[in-house]
This record gives sequence, C-alpha cells and structure tokens, in this order.
Amino acid sequence: MAGASLSRPRLRLRLSRALLYAVMIALVAFFVLPVYLLVITSFKDFSEVSLNRMWDWPTQLSLESFNRAWNGGQGTTGMRSSFLNSVLMVIPATVISCLLGSLNGYVLSKWKFPGSETLFTLILFGMFIPYQSILVPLVQVLSALGLYGTLQGLALTHIVYGIPITTLIFRNYYASVPSELVEASQIDGAGFFRVYRHIILPLSAPGFVVAAIWQFTSIWNEFLFGLIITNEPRIRPVTVTLQNMSGSQFTQWNVQMAGALIVALPTLLVYIFLGRYFLRGLLAGSLKG
Amino acid sequence: MRVARKQRRRLKRDHVVAFLMVLPSLIAIAVFVYGFIGYTAYVSMSNYTTARVDLSFAGLEHYITLLSQRRFQDNIRNLLVFTALFLSACLVFGLLLALLVDSRVKGESFFRSVYLFPMALSFIVTGVAWRWLFTPGDLEPTGLNLLFDQLGLKFLEGRWIADTTIWPNVEVSWLKTRLLVPLAIVPVVVAAVWQMSGFCMAMYLAALRGIPEELREAARVDGASEFQVFRYIVLPLLRPITLSAIIVLTHISLKTFDLVMTMTGGGPGNRTELPSLYMYELRFSQFNTAEAAAVATILLLVVSVLVVPYLRYNRRAQEVGE
Repeated sequence: MAGASLSRPRLRLRLSRALLYAVMIALVAFFVLPVYLLVITSFKDFSEVSLNRMWDWPTQLSLESFNRAWNGGQGTTGMRSSFLNSVLMVIPATVISCLLGSLNGYVLSKWKFPGSETLFTLILFGMFIPYQSILVPLVQVLSALGLYGTLQGLALTHIVYGIPITTLIFRNYYASVPSELVEASQIDGAGFFRVYRHIILPLSAPGFVVAAIWQFTSIWNEFLFGLIITNEPRIRPVTVTLQNMSGSQFTQWNVQMAGALIVALPTLLVYIFLGRYFLRGLLAGSLKG
Repeated sequence: MRVARKQRRRLKRDHVVAFLMVLPSLIAIAVFVYGFIGYTAYVSMSNYTTARVDLSFAGLEHYITLLSQRRFQDNIRNLLVFTALFLSACLVFGLLLALLVDSRVKGESFFRSVYLFPMALSFIVTGVAWRWLFTPGDLEPTGLNLLFDQLGLKFLEGRWIADTTIWPNVEVSWLKTRLLVPLAIVPVVVAAVWQMSGFCMAMYLAALRGIPEELREAARVDGASEFQVFRYIVLPLLRPITLSAIIVLTHISLKTFDLVMTMTGGGPGNRTELPSLYMYELRFSQFNTAEAAAVATILLLVVSVLVVPYLRYNRRAQEVGE
C-alpha cells in the first residue's frame, strides 16, 4: 500500500522538479521566439505576408523571400555578392590573425623577455577600446595605402584588431604546455623555430580551433568596420547589406527576415557543430582562460 | 664549460629571434591602437570641423560644446541608463540561467545550447528580428503587441521602440537633458540581454563547476538549508567571476553601436542615441571630424576608467599566481 501513493516530501520534490522544467521550457520559448518569427516569415508566400497575420503559419512553403533576399530585385541589391565578399574577407583575416596570435602567444609564454608582461597588457588593451576612437585615422591611413574601400583593407583591419584576442587565447593555451618540455628540447640544442615546429605546433590544434572559431564568428558578425571601410555596395560584407535592407522602404520585411537568416546561417552552423570550442573562445575573452 | 657558454649564446640569440617575431604585431598595435588614439585626441582639439582638413589648435572647445549640448547630454544619459539596465539584467538573468542549467536536469546540454545560441549571431540579425517584434503598429497591433492580443494579454501591450516617454521626466537646473529613463531604450535592452545573457550564464556555469561539492555537502551536514548554502557558500565564491563579467559586459555595453543602429537608428527623437552613433553621424554625415573625435575620446576615457584598473589587477593576480 505504501508504494501506491507518494509520500508528502516526494510529492513536493516532484512538483518542484516540474516547476523547474516549466521555467526552463518557458525560457527556451523566450530564446527561440525571435528566430521562430524569422523562420515562419521567411518561408511564407508573398501573398501571405502581412503585418497583422505575422504569427500565422505559412499555408504553403515558399522560397520567394530567400530568392529576393539572395538575388535582389525591385531596386534592392541582394546578399549574393556580399556573401562572397564576407567569405573572401573572413577566411584570410581569420587565418592570418590566428598565425600571428600563435606566434605571439608562444613568445609571450615561453620566451619571456624583460618587459614582455607589460607589452602583453598593452596589447590586451587593444581589444577593449571602442573602435570609434580609431576610426578617423584608420580611414586616413587606409586611404593613403590605397586600401580604403577594398576588401583587403577590411581584412587588414580585422587582422590588426584581432591580434589582442588571438594572442590572449594562445598565450593562455601555451601556458598549460609544461615549460620543462621546452627546456628539455632547448638542452638538446633546439632553437626558437625548432621548438615551435616540433613541440608547440603539434600541440596547438585545439588552440587553433578555438581561436579560428572565435575570429570567424566575430569577423563575420562585425558591422562597424564593414560600414566605414566599404563605401560601395559592390564590396560590402553581409552585415552591412542586411542593415541597408532593414533600413530601406523598398525591402519588404519578410525579405529582411530571410536576409537575416542568410547572414546568421554560417555562424549558427559553426555553433551547432563546434559549440564546445566556441564556448572556450568566449570564456577566453573574459581573461581567465 | 665551453658547451654551456655556446648554449647560452645560442639562447640569447633565440631570445632576439623571439623578440623579432612579435615585433610586427607590436608595431601594428603601437600604430593602430596607440598611435591612432593619440591622433584622434589631437584631432579632437583641432579646427577640423568641415570636409577641409584644418589641424590648427582649438583647445578644449569641442569638449565644452559637446558637454553643454542637449543632444550629447541625452547621449550620455542614454548610455548610462542602457548600461545600468543591461548589466543588472544580464547578471541576474545569467546567474538564474546558470543555476537552472546546473540543477541536474535532464537535457542539460540542450538547455545550455539554446540559452547560449544568440551569442553566435550578429547584432544586426538580432536587431532585425527584435525590431519587428517591438514595432507596435500604428492602426493595428503588430509584433509582440499582436501576439499579446492573440493570447488575450492585451494589458502587456506597449509603444515599445516608438515610445517617446521619458520616465519620470525630471528637470535638473544644471542639465539640459531630462532624467531618467527613455522608455524606448527598454526594448533595446531586452534584445541585448537576449543576446548576451547566455554569455553571462556560461561564465557563471564555469565558476559553479569549480566549486567542490564537498564544500556544499559539509554545510548541509552542519544543518544549512539550500538557500543558506547558496547565500553563504556559493555566492561569495562567485565574486571573482562576477567582477570579470561586470567588466566584460560593461565595456560591451559602452561600445554598443550595431544593435541600436538596426533597431531604432537612435530614434525616436534621439531617445536611444548613444555616443557611438553620434560620433558616426558627426564624422560621416556632418563631416565635423574634430567634434566626432571629441565624442570618441570621451567614450574611450569612459571605457578606460573601467578597463585599465582591471587589466592592472589581472596582471598582478597573474604574477602572484605564477
């Protein structure tokens, strides 16, 4: 008999567990809501798109909004060329800033010299500044170099301002490589580059994944530099094109939403498949590695 | 003896090589961060106020103009209100999420991934989605208002990003701006918290996982209630991570640009405009480079007041640790 009915404390425990799940699921709804709206709107047929039926399900799936967002039309430029621009800019910027970060991290953790700690702190400061405080000379210098309004100029900017975070990620990562390993190799006569190639680099894969994912995500999502440096629609990155779409009366809101999904897709895929590393990069940004 | 000396010489040479390897990065940072900041500060004290370059000295003129201007005072008010709301909401909400995820639920990693996913999005994407949610609709309700309407929650409806109210609209004799909260900024805070609270959760989760279970168990054995365990054991141990979170979130908040640009463009009537947006307009629409540089310098000073002590503290902590 005793097993048939739940005892009071167990009932209370069950109820509080149920409440816990209810709260957590309500929070899921809050986090998913904006994306839900983006998705149901983007897949609607143009004839079904109206603001007062915003929350209705599409009666038939249509890719019209994506088509318009991607290819443009009716006085609007599409995402297609911007998407390519972003890819062409993000890849070299990510690779180069990670290589620089790895080299800096190696030196600043295993080849410390007098003042190297101070220099490291001075480098770190670069990731906290509001970029407004460097925009004026940045435009002038890029113009003088003939890089203003080019994807190379934008990539260069991302590389330079990516140095602090990649240096931080790699320095913290290499700090966990035992110094005895490096010293033993030095006693065997290995120099700076041999230690790097044979000891450090083979251990670096996770560090590179974390730094590359971090850089890819932040550069892909970045807006201010893209807005300032690319003065022509032809070379704009995706975020700037999306912002332009959302500010123009010519672009229907369903097309804006499809555009938003297109912009979100690459970084979301990275998040879904490599979320663990994304999280590590995120936590590295709080300096505690 | 000889071998040792040779080795030492070699090590010395390698140290030079090591320095040469970081030199390009150091030069880049020296120029692009410190050089550029210096130049911006210099321009902010010049007469470069039109498209024509004029670097003659103007002193603090632009700073005085800005600080005594209604619009810039509004900017500062908006920035402080935005930061206060965003920071407190993120910390409380982030901690709540962390505690929920950490409470041994089934599907823990699913919940964690959902709460964190907005961090992978661009602020522009977030802005587009939330702008439509918070567009109240003129004749008929749209966005959230429409949803509330359909769910029978009409009392929740609001004017959101179209709200021009400033609450409680207090005048202070020595200020041109009205205090304190422009209600249109609240939706922007909601969107920002939606995007960033998962980050705060992740930080707290990392810290919670670092608290040994024995510590809590010991307190329980001594008769502490779950609340007391949290209040007197867990919460004090979360203090260092809270400090980090405050610094990181506040500096992100002070730099906010993209989200406001997409959600409101600074409107209605500058009620959500931040210094970062005003700087952009001054430089790239009005071509008043000197004043734009002054806004940027003020913004940098505000961020530095927060970040410089933190970086120094962090460095000391690291030296002690080593």
